[in-house]
Amino acid sequence: MADKTFFIDTTRCTACRGCQIACKEWNQNPATETKNWGSHQNPEDLSFVTYKLVRFSEVVSDGELRWYFFPDQCRHCIEPPCKDAAEALGYKKAITKDAATGAVLFNQKVKVKPEDFEEIKESCPFNIPRYDPERMVMAKCTMCFDRISNGLLPACVKTCPTGAMNFGDRSQMLALAEKRLKELKGEYPKAQLLNAEDVRTIYLVIDDSEKYYEFANAHGLLGITRLVAMKKLIRPLVRLSGLKG
Amino acid sequence: MTNHWIDIGNSDCILIMGSNAAENHPISFKWVTKAMEQGATLISVDPRFTRTSSKADIYAPIRSGADIAFLGGMIKYILDNNLYFREYVAEYTNAAFILSTKYGFNDGLFSGYNRKTRSYDKKYWAFEKDANGAPKKDRSLQHPRCVFQQLKRHYSRYALDKVSAITGTPQSSLKKIYRTYAATGKKGKAGTIMYAMGWTQHTVGVQNIRSMAMIQLLLGNMGVAGGGVNALRGESNVQGSTDHCLLWHILPGYMATPSNKWLVLDDYLKRRPKSNDPLSANWWQNEPKYMVSFLKSMFGDAARPTNEFGYQWLPKVDVGVDYSWLTIFDEMYKGKFTGFFAWGQNPACSGANANKTREAMAKLKWLVNVNMFDNETASFWKGPGMDPQKVQTEVFFLPCAVSAEKEGSITNSGRWMQWRYAAAKPLGKSKPDGDMIVELFEKIQELYRKEGGVLPEPIVNLKWDYTTRGQFDAHKVAKEINGYFLKDVTVKGKTYKKGTLVPSFAFLQADGSTSSANWLYCNSYTEKGNMAARRGLKDASGIGLYLEWSWCWPVNRRIIYNRASVDLKGQPWDKKHPVISWTGDKWVGDVPDGGWPPLANTDGTPNPKSKYPFIMKPEGHAHVFGPGRPDGPFPEHYEPLECPVERNLMSSQFINPTVKQFETELDKRFTCDPRYPFVGTTYRVTEHWQTGVATRWQPWLLEAEPQQFCEMSEELARLRGIKNGDKVIVESGRGKVVAVAMVTKRFKPLKVMGQTVHEVGLPWCFGWVHPKDGGDSSNLLTPSVGDPNTKIPETKAFMVNVRKE
Repeated sequence: MADKTFFIDTTRCTACRGCQIACKEWNQNPATETKNWGSHQNPEDLSFVTYKLVRFSEVVSDGELRWYFFPDQCRHCIEPPCKDAAEALGYKKAITKDAATGAVLFNQKVKVKPEDFEEIKESCPFNIPRYDPERMVMAKCTMCFDRISNGLLPACVKTCPTGAMNFGDRSQMLALAEKRLKELKGEYPKAQLLNAEDVRTIYLVIDDSEKYYEFANAHGLLGITRLVAMKKLIRPLVRLSGLKG
Repeated sequence: MTNHWIDIGNSDCILIMGSNAAENHPISFKWVTKAMEQGATLISVDPRFTRTSSKADIYAPIRSGADIAFLGGMIKYILDNNLYFREYVAEYTNAAFILSTKYGFNDGLFSGYNRKTRSYDKKYWAFEKDANGAPKKDRSLQHPRCVFQQLKRHYSRYALDKVSAITGTPQSSLKKIYRTYAATGKKGKAGTIMYAMGWTQHTVGVQNIRSMAMIQLLLGNMGVAGGGVNALRGESNVQGSTDHCLLWHILPGYMATPSNKWLVLDDYLKRRPKSNDPLSANWWQNEPKYMVSFLKSMFGDAARPTNEFGYQWLPKVDVGVDYSWLTIFDEMYKGKFTGFFAWGQNPACSGANANKTREAMAKLKWLVNVNMFDNETASFWKGPGMDPQKVQTEVFFLPCAVSAEKEGSITNSGRWMQWRYAAAKPLGKSKPDGDMIVELFEKIQELYRKEGGVLPEPIVNLKWDYTTRGQFDAHKVAKEINGYFLKDVTVKGKTYKKGTLVPSFAFLQADGSTSSANWLYCNSYTEKGNMAARRGLKDASGIGLYLEWSWCWPVNRRIIYNRASVDLKGQPWDKKHPVISWTGDKWVGDVPDGGWPPLANTDGTPNPKSKYPFIMKPEGHAHVFGPGRPDGPFPEHYEPLECPVERNLMSSQFINPTVKQFETELDKRFTCDPRYPFVGTTYRVTEHWQTGVATRWQPWLLEAEPQQFCEMSEELARLRGIKNGDKVIVESGRGKVVAVAMVTKRFKPLKVMGQTVHEVGLPWCFGWVHPKDGGDSSNLLTPSVGDPNTKIPETKAFMVNVRKE
């Protein structure tokens, strides 16, 4: 099995929430009680039981009304900062990366202290990891590891009617992403792929990423690559945890 | 649909109007996306910027209820700029037909109007006839009384500034959309329309559709790939329900319900007008075969030539009386009904003027609700405002199986009948509808046999062999729908054995030797097997016809009126996407709309063996002029019954002159009433289904869309001091609901006839039963007034007020 990647073409997303619901159903995650808080985006945010969330954003861009949809999920980073952070905090098996597919997996057999979870969460530039304080375990998108290990597509990809959600071997997905980017660049000069080199969930957007969602894009620190910055941030953590003993 | 879902992918220009397809027909967007990938332009016209609009190349706002003005302006644009497909219009439509001197139109009314009865005498709209009784024609379209010239005259009144004033759509947007869509009039280009309830649920609903059908004819978009007039049905099997006549006015296959106008079968069989033109297919002259075969399916051996095949046992309606939904509840409200089966529905939330419906049900002696979950109809007696002590209605709730627990077929918007299988057994004591009907009928029939009754014959003589080991058998019903040879029958030299399935409606007989419960579906279950269950993936057509995947009516013809997709010599207008093509001795491609050769030989001389392409019309020509509609032969803009303006800018006729209004105290009309200053409309969301009976009980769906909401513009919110997320009260002259305000840029106030008009919208998927804080039905607001043709309620345009709770 070659290493896997999602390509998410937000121009094709119609916010039908099929992916959001399919994810719930496959993982048998319970629904939460929600209120209409003035947006169709519900639940409001990712949670311990919501791994996939379609985010809605109404903006005016170039004088035109746009309604951008961002079907948010874990990026399955190639060098996941959450895994580095967990290991630096002494949790060797809490977060693993599958060698074959690249799937970044939270192991729910490993309990994580709440304050350590906060560090792990902060290490994620996309604000993905979530936590159950009672069971003391973490949760997020699993890349439908059980499905893909059996030759099936992730549930969200299988259900998507328009081709917004795509999944396959990394080389194929990168080629598809580049092709779509090229097709859109003419009409949308701001079209871009988000963090394509660093993640396995590559989003294609046609505007500034902040117009979609605050954490759509990992913002590099000026002059330093994100990875190095992450490592720099983690070293003090390692020292601190050493003090805690 | 005249075309089908996959065919949308072939279009060059897709107009989505009166529909929010991305949201409510999400899978259809696969095909819209495909078309756009190939360069198609997507236009979205909607009072609100929707999920569909967010994907469109062009979006324009429109005031709810102003669609005829919008489309009338497009017709004018097409004619003024000569963008119509001349050969198509002259040869295939009735644009060339000459009207009698009796036809006229003045100040909003067509000739033949009777003010007292509020109806038209359609004889005033007849064509001038030649010696053979066929309409006189001028194929050069010049004669002053020809339809084409009258069309020009009629729509010359829909000037851009007037249209903009009525619709609230900016002139620049109108021009852009007209120019873009009219470009599909070019040979080889096709435009399609995807519409739904946003067009049908108005007192001018049918005329809305007529407007678009006329545009499609003017542009040569009927019968071609990527074209057509495509209704996105509001329910996955409503196409099936209308095909099999679950509406009062039709028998299966769209034959008319017998009335007191045709007291004997012979009168019924002879009612269709016949054309003397040899080029007319006169298709409906075949109807006796269909009707007699239907009667044989109904009454089996009891239906004989000597007793009019049981025609006297069919219920008959009185001419001029309406038996449709709104009238049913009006009569029920007046206490005229004893009992009511609300089968697989939730009228307490689904019907307009829900308070009237709920109070009407309290007047019944008994009510049976067949449904999957508890709902506002089954529990109406303990709903808001009801005192269970005072309600005398005995209510029975019969839990039914869901579609995944039953075997049978569903007919989709594209007329494709697709067979489905049971994936699970029904839970607990819930039963499939078929089994319930079998049990009920067998008991009723037993009682009639034992005790007699007022008219036992229809019940005791009904043929009833649809069970296997006591269980409802969908295959037996499907086969009956197709039909059987009841004795050995010889057709064109070949003998078909008694008891075998009829290959297609071409083999049905009027002498009682065949049966068929629905002639349109004859060909769906034959000696070759269950055609609806086929899953062949081959597509030789290249345009996505998939002739071996399931089965569609009629006779698996995927694009109907396809004889109009070719020129007079049978060569496709669009060489890149041919639907059918004449090889010299036969048609290839889709199932042709009749096997007759093209209208002209290769040398251009007329071929007398041919037929005109629009075979279901007696004259074989498509209706640009529609002489059969009760509210007029050309669509004309009238205001909705409740509207925000004081007059109709087009004429002195404020509302549809043939619309009927009910007279109870719950049926008052509030136009230009300062208490209800905003236009209200209703729509759906992807996450909920119809009134939400099934989906509100699904936690994952409810999580995504938990509560009744009202979308409004930022400007209106400012006016009323409302913030996003505030609870508001939305009220009309009929009722009120509490909703969460969703303040959005996607609604904008419109400039209509010089004034600022605000519009708000609510989904109609919520009800008080569940969840407790979910809110109640938007149909508490809507008016029980309907289109004069279909009687569908005007739930898309009415007047409301909005204020903070």
